[in-house]
Amino acid sequence: MKTKNLNYTILSAIALIFTVVSCDRDISDDAVLATFPNTAEVYTDNPVGLTDEFFISFDPAGGANTEGFGTDDNVAFEGTSSIRIDVPASNDPNGSFIGGIFRDRGNGRNLTEYDALTFYARGSVSGTLGEVGFGTDFLDGQFPASRSNIQLTTTWQKYIIPIPDASKLVQEKGMFLFAAGGFDILGDGPNGNEVGWTFWLDEIRFETLGTNLLVEAEILNGQDQVIQSFVDTTRQIDGTSSTFNTSDGQNITVNTSPSYFDYESSNSSVATVDETGLVTVVGSSGTTTINATLQSVQANGSIELTSNGVFPHAPIPPANAQNVVSLFSDAYTNEPVRHYNGFFLFATTQGGAGNDPNNVDISVDFPDGSPDNIINYTQLNFVSIGTYETVPLVDVSATTHLHIDINIRENVDASDFMRISLESGTFSGGPVAGGDFILNSTALSNTNSDGWLSLDIPLSSFSGAVDFSSIGQLFFVSDGTISDIWVDNVYFYSM
Amino acid sequence: MKIRFNKSKSLSILALASLTILFTCDLDETQEVVTLNNLIWEDNFDTEGSVDRSRWTFDLGDGSAQGLPGWGNNELQYYTDRPENVRVENGVLIITAREESFEGSDYTSARLKTEGLFEQQYGRFEARIRVPYGQGYWPAFWMLGVPDSPSEVWPFIGEIDIMEYLGDSPSEIFGTIHGPEYSGGESISKEYVLEGNRFDTDFHIFGIEWGPGRINFYVDDVLYQSLTPEDVADETNGLGEWVFDRPFYMLLNVAVGGNLPGPPNADTIFPQSMFVDYVRVYN
Repeated sequence: MKTKNLNYTILSAIALIFTVVSCDRDISDDAVLATFPNTAEVYTDNPVGLTDEFFISFDPAGGANTEGFGTDDNVAFEGTSSIRIDVPASNDPNGSFIGGIFRDRGNGRNLTEYDALTFYARGSVSGTLGEVGFGTDFLDGQFPASRSNIQLTTTWQKYIIPIPDASKLVQEKGMFLFAAGGFDILGDGPNGNEVGWTFWLDEIRFETLGTNLLVEAEILNGQDQVIQSFVDTTRQIDGTSSTFNTSDGQNITVNTSPSYFDYESSNSSVATVDETGLVTVVGSSGTTTINATLQSVQANGSIELTSNGVFPHAPIPPANAQNVVSLFSDAYTNEPVRHYNGFFLFATTQGGAGNDPNNVDISVDFPDGSPDNIINYTQLNFVSIGTYETVPLVDVSATTHLHIDINIRENVDASDFMRISLESGTFSGGPVAGGDFILNSTALSNTNSDGWLSLDIPLSSFSGAVDFSSIGQLFFVSDGTISDIWVDNVYFYSM
Repeated sequence: MKIRFNKSKSLSILALASLTILFTCDLDETQEVVTLNNLIWEDNFDTEGSVDRSRWTFDLGDGSAQGLPGWGNNELQYYTDRPENVRVENGVLIITAREESFEGSDYTSARLKTEGLFEQQYGRFEARIRVPYGQGYWPAFWMLGVPDSPSEVWPFIGEIDIMEYLGDSPSEIFGTIHGPEYSGGESISKEYVLEGNRFDTDFHIFGIEWGPGRINFYVDDVLYQSLTPEDVADETNGLGEWVFDRPFYMLLNVAVGGNLPGPPNADTIFPQSMFVDYVRVYN
C-alpha cells in the first residue's frame, strides 16, 4: 500500500509539473475535484433525496419481511409524519425480521462535514433495534458503520451514531440502515417465540455535533495476532470497531467497516495492506507488523506476519481421474464424506472441521489461480476421514493403491511414527473390519524438498480383513508423536 | 470542605433564576468580560518537575485527618503530593487521578491550594485548564474564604467555585457560590454548556471577576453568570449573607466519585489528568 501511494504521489507530481510548465496558465476550473451534495436530511416529513423505492429491503430469501414498512401521518416527533415499521413476530411466515436501507437517489453525498447520523425513535414496547447505521448501499459501499442492539423506549428519544471518520465519506450512498426482530415479551432470550411490535423513526439526518470523542479503536477484536504465511496469500482485517464518548457521558461502540482505518505495514516488502484492510504477502521471507489507525488514533490489535516463502504445494497427483476414488483432492471429484475430523472422544486433534473439501484449514491458490485446499491437523493423536452414517460407504474394490500426500510441519524424531488405518462396514449394521499400514520415522522422512511425503500404499499391504467395497473410515494415528501435519490428495486409484 | 447539591434539581432552577437576573441587572451589551488587567500573581508552571512550594501547599489524605472523611462528599480518592499524582511537565501542571490501592483508598489524586501563601480580597482569578472525561471524575478550580477567627467555619467563610466539571457531562461546567443559608444543595450555581464542543479535548479559560458586591463568572470570552448580594437575598428569602468581602485562597483538585458525580464505572479510564497551563490573578 505504501508503494502504491508513493507511486501515485510521484505520478501526480509529474502530471502537475507537466501541466504547469506546458500550459502557462492557472489550473482550469475543470480540474477542481468533483464534489457531491452535502444534504444532511434523510427523512423529515418525507424522504429527502432518496431513491424512488425509498425502502430497499434485505433479501426476503434470507428471512426479511418486506410488508411492515410505511409512513404514519398520525405520529411524528416533529412535523406531520414519521416512518412506521411493524416488526413481524418471529414465526411470521412472511419473514421473521424487517430491515433494509435507504439509498441516495443521486451519485452519493459528501458527508465530510458531519460527525454523526442522528434520529428520533420510539417503540410500541421497549423493543430492540438489532442494527442501525449507514454506509451500506447494496452496491459497492466501503464504509458501513452501525450500532447494535439499541433498546427503544415508548417515548421519543434521540439516538446518535458517530461517524468513525467522516473524511472518508466524500461520496456516500448508504443513507440509513436498520434491522429489527420480534419483541422478546417473555424475556427468555431469542428462541422463536418473539412477538410483533411497532416502532417509529423521525428526523433522520447527518449532524455536526462536535461532542463525539474517539476513545478507542479496534481491529482484530483488539488481539495482537502472530501468524505464519506464504507468498500471495491474503488475509482480510476484520473485527473492527470504534468507541466514542458522547456529550451525555455515554460510550457508544460503532461497528466500523475496515475501510475507515488507515493501515501500515512496517515492512511492505514482506506484506502489503490496502485501504480496505486486505493484507497480501509479497515477500518470500521476513516479518512485518500490520497496524491501523482511525482518525490518527492507534487501534488496538495487530498482525505480526512472517512470510515462509512460496507456498509448498503438494505434487500434482499423476493418477488418471477415471481410475480414482478421491476423498480429498483439488485434482479430482471427491466422494461425499461425513467429516474430515470426527472430533471423537479422546481425540485431541484439531483441524479438518466439517465435510466441505473446499473449506478446510488452508487454501492457497496455485499459480494458475485455482485453489489448493489443504487439511492441517494439529495436536494430532488420532483422527479419521469418515465416509459412513450420513454418506454412503465408499467402494474402492476396483482400485489397487491408496495415495496420500503428507507434509510434517515439525522435526521427525527417531521414535515418531504414523499409522494409516482403514475401516470397512462402519455403521452399516454388518461386520466392521480394520487394517493398518505403519510408517516409521525413516519412512516419514522420505520427503521431497518441499517437505511432502507422497505415499502410494498397495491396498494389499494393509493388515487385517478390510472389505474394500465398503470403506467407512481412514485414520491417521500418531499417538502424539507427530502433532502438526498437512494432508492433501487422499485418493484410491488403480495402476 | 465542599458539601454538594443535587445537581439535576437545583441547577435547572438556578439557571432560570440566573437568566432572569442577567436581564434585570445592569449588565448591558457593552459589558466587558474582563476589566481587571493588572497582573499581581501567577504560576505559568514553567519550571519542570515538582510544584513550586512557595506558591502552593497540599491537602493530603482522605480528609479523615481534617475530620472530613471523603472530604465531606464521600469522595473516593486519597490525596498525595507524589509525582504520580502531581507534577509540572512541558509547562503544564498535571494533576493525575489513578486507580490504585493506597492507604485504604481505591484512588489517588492531588489537591493544591494557596492557603497561607497567597490570599486576596477581590480581583480577577483565572486559569487555563483541560479536564479529563468519564463517569466519576470531578475536577475543580475554586476558592475558599480565610476565616476571621478559628471558630469561623464553612459555609460562613464562603466558597467560590470558579469551575467545576463532571466527567459524564463533558460539554458542561458550572460556577457556584456557597455561604450561610446557600450552601451544599442550596448553593447558587449556574451551568455553562460549550455548544458543539467538549472541555476535555482542549484548554479553556475559566475565571471570575470579583469586586465589592459582584462576582462575574466567565469561560473563555463568555460571561455566563453575574452574582450580587441581591441574588443571594432573592435565593434565600433574605436569610443569606454575602460573605465575599474578605480574602480568599485558590484550590485546584481532581476528585474521584462522591455524592455529586457518583462512582466511576467500567468505562471510566484511569489514569487521567487535569492539565493547568496557568493560574493568574489580577486586580
